[in-house]
Amino acid sequence: MVAISPDMPRIDGDRSHRARLTCRVLVVLLLASAVLSLGWGASGTSLTRAVSDLLAGRELAVQDRVVLLDIRLPRVLMGICVGAALAVSGALMQGLFRNPLADPGLVGVSSGASLGAILAIVWGAALPASVAGIFGWYLVPVVAFVGSWVTTLTLYRIATRRGRTSVATMLLAGIALGAILSAVAGLVILRANDSQLRDLTFWGLGSLAGSNWPKLLAAAPIMVLAVLSAPALARGLNALALGEAAAGHVGIRVQRVKNRAILTVAAATGAAVAVSGGIGFVGIVVPHLLRLASGPDHRWLLVNSGLLGAVMLLWADMASRTLIAPAELPIGIVTAMIGGPFFLWILLRNRGVLDL
Amino acid sequence: MSLIAQDIAVSIGRKRILNGVSLQAEAGQFTAIVGPNGSGKTTLMRALTGELPHRGAIRLGGRDLDAFAPEDLARRRGVLPQAAALSFPFTVAEVVRIGLEARGERADALVPAALAAVDLPGFSGRHYQQLSGGEQQRVQLARVLAQVWQPVDDQGPRWLFLDEPVSSLDIAHQLTVMRLAADYARRGGGVIAVMHDLNLTALFAQKVILMGKGEVLAQGTPAEVLTDATLSHAYGCDLRVNAVPAEGIWILPQVAAG
Repeated sequence: MVAISPDMPRIDGDRSHRARLTCRVLVVLLLASAVLSLGWGASGTSLTRAVSDLLAGRELAVQDRVVLLDIRLPRVLMGICVGAALAVSGALMQGLFRNPLADPGLVGVSSGASLGAILAIVWGAALPASVAGIFGWYLVPVVAFVGSWVTTLTLYRIATRRGRTSVATMLLAGIALGAILSAVAGLVILRANDSQLRDLTFWGLGSLAGSNWPKLLAAAPIMVLAVLSAPALARGLNALALGEAAAGHVGIRVQRVKNRAILTVAAATGAAVAVSGGIGFVGIVVPHLLRLASGPDHRWLLVNSGLLGAVMLLWADMASRTLIAPAELPIGIVTAMIGGPFFLWILLRNRGVLDL
Repeated sequence: MSLIAQDIAVSIGRKRILNGVSLQAEAGQFTAIVGPNGSGKTTLMRALTGELPHRGAIRLGGRDLDAFAPEDLARRRGVLPQAAALSFPFTVAEVVRIGLEARGERADALVPAALAAVDLPGFSGRHYQQLSGGEQQRVQLARVLAQVWQPVDDQGPRWLFLDEPVSSLDIAHQLTVMRLAADYARRGGGVIAVMHDLNLTALFAQKVILMGKGEVLAQGTPAEVLTDATLSHAYGCDLRVNAVPAEGIWILPQVAAG
């Protein structure tokens, strides 16, 4: 991004200064939320005590070390990665389908990832140790990625005719695909044993509770790569807003942008679903709020979506840890209870969006 | 420097829409494609811009269209689509900039100039989705204009491809846009436009290509193509060309009295 030199008058309708300000605020907010989230929890561990221990050169108390470094830190980092991945996936998908209602959770892409993850959890146990050893913690995210990729590709093929993507077809086909995938997932779950079943149920509701370092190290690189590479698609997606033909006429290699966007959405959604299950609505709420705040220019939207997605998920996770403490509410329930009404609000406010 | 199309054929499904169309358009001229509904004007335009798969060869400045990299082609010519709805709440300024920013160029200085050229001064902060159809069409023209602002650059003339550029404009803005396109041609650029209005075509075009049933019925200067007999045959109704007033040409349908 080129900085506007101060002597150049800003033209009316240029909102990049607002987007830049939003970005700065979000960076600060993310750092603050991450620190707060580290200190947030039911146990008696205190972040201030740990910090003063560290500053004084004392060794951390065992309890502090375990709670902060082994439990909360991977969970906070996972929350940041998953929130950013889900929000950026939503923004990318909306740019790709040229509709503010597209979202991986809504159109079955998450179901594809779920099916992949469930297959990996249930049948991964049956793999020979040598094969399972190669994949290790990567097995679930990778298979989930394949699931979401195939689903996104199928959906795009169904919904796009002669370069025009029909939103009605997309949403309806997404519902059908989601139903088929969930049915197959149900069949697979029937084959699961009791302990797998318990894992699957909690995972399906969406939770960051199972976060640990090996899981984080397996899934985070995929999400980080997807989130960081997304802004490279920004110009292409801006042009795509004019329509596919017009995007080609301004010099965009449209097919390449579409392929990369699909791949990035699949990677980010696949990895996020694999580690956190069904966390919905982040991908719709975050980009929508940012478009209201600073416009739809994807050069800022994709960056800011990553930041705001991370912030929102950290707060949702803190809520999920405290609302019914000492028990824990799956985070998917928190995001659905906030995101669902928000989604309805978008629909009511902007009924023309669907063009049905 | 010219745009040359040879033996262009386009089929959609089993239906042949264009059947061996050949034409030539020169930079420095306003070339109009006219013809009745369903004669293949827009299909021809979409083939010429490379948007539709087609048989036959299209060369821009002696170079085959397929031989251009997309970003190079975008520097050589801008294309105005017929209709353009935007799905996101872009401001007018953001829309006008998209074409230049797609190839990594800054457009700030051009935005006010391009908007002034289409008679939308002061519109850059407005939301595109809240504009009227005619205003949206002119914003799109400003965007295309910004993309190829100088009619001639170091690689030669640039082109404007316009699909019905005045279809939803009031009469004053029809003239604004036609003058703008004619001026672009006068300064050395190429302009090729699908036109419905025969009178505006007669007033502004240096070359007219008359289409009918997927073929070229006639091409040449307005005086050669826009004649009573040719037009009446092409449109299937009785038309008369009136050279009154002297500086204009008025094509009127003949309606039986009473």
